[in-house]
Amino acid sequence: MKKEDIPQDDGALNKLTKEIVYAVDNSGKYVTGLSTGWKVKATALDLAWEDIEQRIEHARQKVISNEASPVLFFMELRLMDIGIVAAYTGFWKWTIRQHLKPASFKKLSQKKLQQYAEAFNITVEELKTMNLHEA
Amino acid sequence: MKHEFKHLQAAHCENGVTSNLLRTIGVDKITEPLAFGIGSGLFFVYVPFLKINKGPAIAFRTMPGLIFKRTCNALNIPVIRKKFSSKESAEKYLQQCLQSGQPVGCQVGVYYLSYFPKEYRFHFNAHNIIVYGKEDDRYLISDPVMEEVTSLSSYELERVRFAKGALAPRGQVYYPKENKIVTDQQIRKAIETGIKRNVNHMIRIPGNVAGVKGITYTGKKIKKWRDKLGQQTAGLYLAQLVRMQEEIGTGGGGFRYIYAAFLQQAHAYIGNDALLETSKKFTQAGDMWRNAAVQAAGIYKGRIGSQADFDVMGDYLIEIAEVEKNAFQGLSKIKWNS
Repeated sequence: MKKEDIPQDDGALNKLTKEIVYAVDNSGKYVTGLSTGWKVKATALDLAWEDIEQRIEHARQKVISNEASPVLFFMELRLMDIGIVAAYTGFWKWTIRQHLKPASFKKLSQKKLQQYAEAFNITVEELKTMNLHEA
Repeated sequence: MKHEFKHLQAAHCENGVTSNLLRTIGVDKITEPLAFGIGSGLFFVYVPFLKINKGPAIAFRTMPGLIFKRTCNALNIPVIRKKFSSKESAEKYLQQCLQSGQPVGCQVGVYYLSYFPKEYRFHFNAHNIIVYGKEDDRYLISDPVMEEVTSLSSYELERVRFAKGALAPRGQVYYPKENKIVTDQQIRKAIETGIKRNVNHMIRIPGNVAGVKGITYTGKKIKKWRDKLGQQTAGLYLAQLVRMQEEIGTGGGGFRYIYAAFLQQAHAYIGNDALLETSKKFTQAGDMWRNAAVQAAGIYKGRIGSQADFDVMGDYLIEIAEVEKNAFQGLSKIKWNS
């Protein structure tokens, strides 16, 4: 890539910083330049987020129709998989799979609910109701 | 506690941390490309059956942590690396380092990294930053991918140092143990070692999912994605490939440009013109990776998407594999006279 071809499109990272890209100058020597973003990768990131939003919405519907517990919703909302939930809560994966079922979730002790709430960075009330108060 | 610390922005966090930390002990010649090349940073692997964020597990660089380790090893710089089981001892150790004037590298997760934009906050636990001081409750942070330094509260830093999941940092800190003088001869030798190891990793590694063979393998897989996964998932897979290839840290073209820059800088030490010629091949490979990304974007934006379009995409990778194989074969033939 030539230095003058470093893309200067918009991207989410641009809110924080420009990023360093390596490119060649007119004499063929490598130099660094700053880029504000590249639309090709911005679209890739947008697509990943659209997919995440769909999964979150799908999970919400499953909780509403009583096919899954709110653990599923918050797991998706926090981009976690069962392995990550297990790491943050200290529960076994198969235990968490049980808690994904509404009947099993309803029987959870306050202490266990609290563990989930901490892992998801929410309150127990928010965990139970899926009413999330955050920006 | 505030110390003299010079923040230099880098493309990739680990290269940047390595190069910035080495400067704190008076070793100022190890630029980002040199750290990357000496650390044999260039790689490719497609791990079948493993999923990351529901997409394919593809990497364009070596395992996190290895670049710092290998670079310090090659330059004979002793390293201190510590993990902690408790948050309290992790913070105490960090404070002791800072009090004694030692900036430290920290492995962190980005999910709770408050200064990162939300769009970038995935459960990725192998980000690297330098903590170089503390003012009131705020730790002073040099994040190499950023233009300027920043800061985190004790709580925010603790959360990212103890992020959970794959590659959990467990409070890990690392830094060069003592001041060392690095000679040009040592750098020459380190460059040689770095290149030879990278040649091995890219063209002599067994199996067909890693190195240049892994690129061919991925190209062949891509041609089947449309039928096997359906248009939508195939698009998501391609988007993930492009993100791994181009997102923050890669310097563009899946680290191929950084490697090309490394070979130019290596030439200044070694003087063998084969290094310059090979540098051009990596520039070409980087350009081809970016062309492939444009093709991929056409597919995931839904502008194109026939089987022929997937075939073109797959063929791009198969051609790239040839270019990189040829480039590494060139490097493997270099006669080192050190």
